[in-house]
Amino acid sequence: MEDIDAIAALQDPVRRRLYEYVAAQGREVGRNEAAEAAGVTRTLAAHHLERLTEAGLLESGSRRLTGRSGPGAGRPAKVYTRARAERAVSLPARDYRTAAELLAEAAEQAGLDAGLCAAARRRGETLRDSAAPCGSLEQAMEMLAARGYEPHLEGAEGATGAAARVVRMRNCPFHAVAERFPPLVCGMNLALLEGLLGTDGPLRARMDARPGECCVVVDDSKNNID
Amino acid sequence: MTASTHAAHLAELNVATLRHPLDDPRMTPFVEMLDPVNAAADEAPGFVWRLVEDGAADATGLRPAGQDVIVNLSVWETQEALWDYTYRSGHLEVMRRRREWFERHVESHLVLWWVPAGHLPTVGEALERLADLRAHGPSPRAFTFASSYTAAEAAEHLRADAAGAA
Repeated sequence: MEDIDAIAALQDPVRRRLYEYVAAQGREVGRNEAAEAAGVTRTLAAHHLERLTEAGLLESGSRRLTGRSGPGAGRPAKVYTRARAERAVSLPARDYRTAAELLAEAAEQAGLDAGLCAAARRRGETLRDSAAPCGSLEQAMEMLAARGYEPHLEGAEGATGAAARVVRMRNCPFHAVAERFPPLVCGMNLALLEGLLGTDGPLRARMDARPGECCVVVDDSKNNID
Repeated sequence: MTASTHAAHLAELNVATLRHPLDDPRMTPFVEMLDPVNAAADEAPGFVWRLVEDGAADATGLRPAGQDVIVNLSVWETQEALWDYTYRSGHLEVMRRRREWFERHVESHLVLWWVPAGHLPTVGEALERLADLRAHGPSPRAFTFASSYTAAEAAEHLRADAAGAA
């Protein structure tokens, strides 16, 4: 399916709510849960979830949600996750990705890490709404969400209390180039986020890479005094 | 996934030319990261083996490729396991700061190749693979993350070589 057709499948508001809900969970979502989140019946949700799967926006599988197996465990339920493939439409046609890959390749070969990070930090500072550094994790989450990072809070209900809270990000906005030139592009991303948050405020962006997520996390800088 | 499920393992060598001796204060942040980053490798999914100097915790004291060149030689179950460790663990932070500590290499500084499961490559063998990559470019004998070959492709290549030689 063409990207434009896949994206057009999201024009239906119910479908869009379902897609956004599944994408935001970062795990497999069953039909009942998705229906409840979108405020529609299970039958309608199932119909739209299947359309989204056909459009290549979601991937489906089956799983026993109860965790039981063997006789009596019941029929496996259909579950959905966001498809990994990227979809983009640009009118008129633009190809910033090739430009980004070529620039990254040249920067990597020339060893321009420091210059790239300086530019990224300046850009982050320019993009910040106010002159003051970002004041709280909640404010940081809002800003990160607006930039497509899909932030989520970890450790919010831990026994150690609020001090251990850390914002992780499910999405890397620079995924394709970051996969090809990880140290260069992940370093750029960290510098951009440092600029966005401000380095002299209560929050700190730092590297804490995990498979399948953005390489940076944000937490209270007072927790990280070396 | 266990080692026994893979007939072939992926060997990796990378070399890094130090900008300063390891006991120079400018290298301290790197030296301090060695133990935690190596410990993360030992515990990483798919890790098989890494070269360690006798009586030491790592291989930084071995200088088989030159007095100021440290080497990193390891074996992994799959390329994905090695990639995740290299770029999606605490190791990424070392990579990010590489320009502070290491000279930029004009030639390839990392080489990958398949070995039979259970085989632990020697430093000599590893340096030959790096020389092969530098001389001939990526091939099933010696490749990189960006130009990788599967174990099956490498085995096919070996068979073709053997048949050609016979």
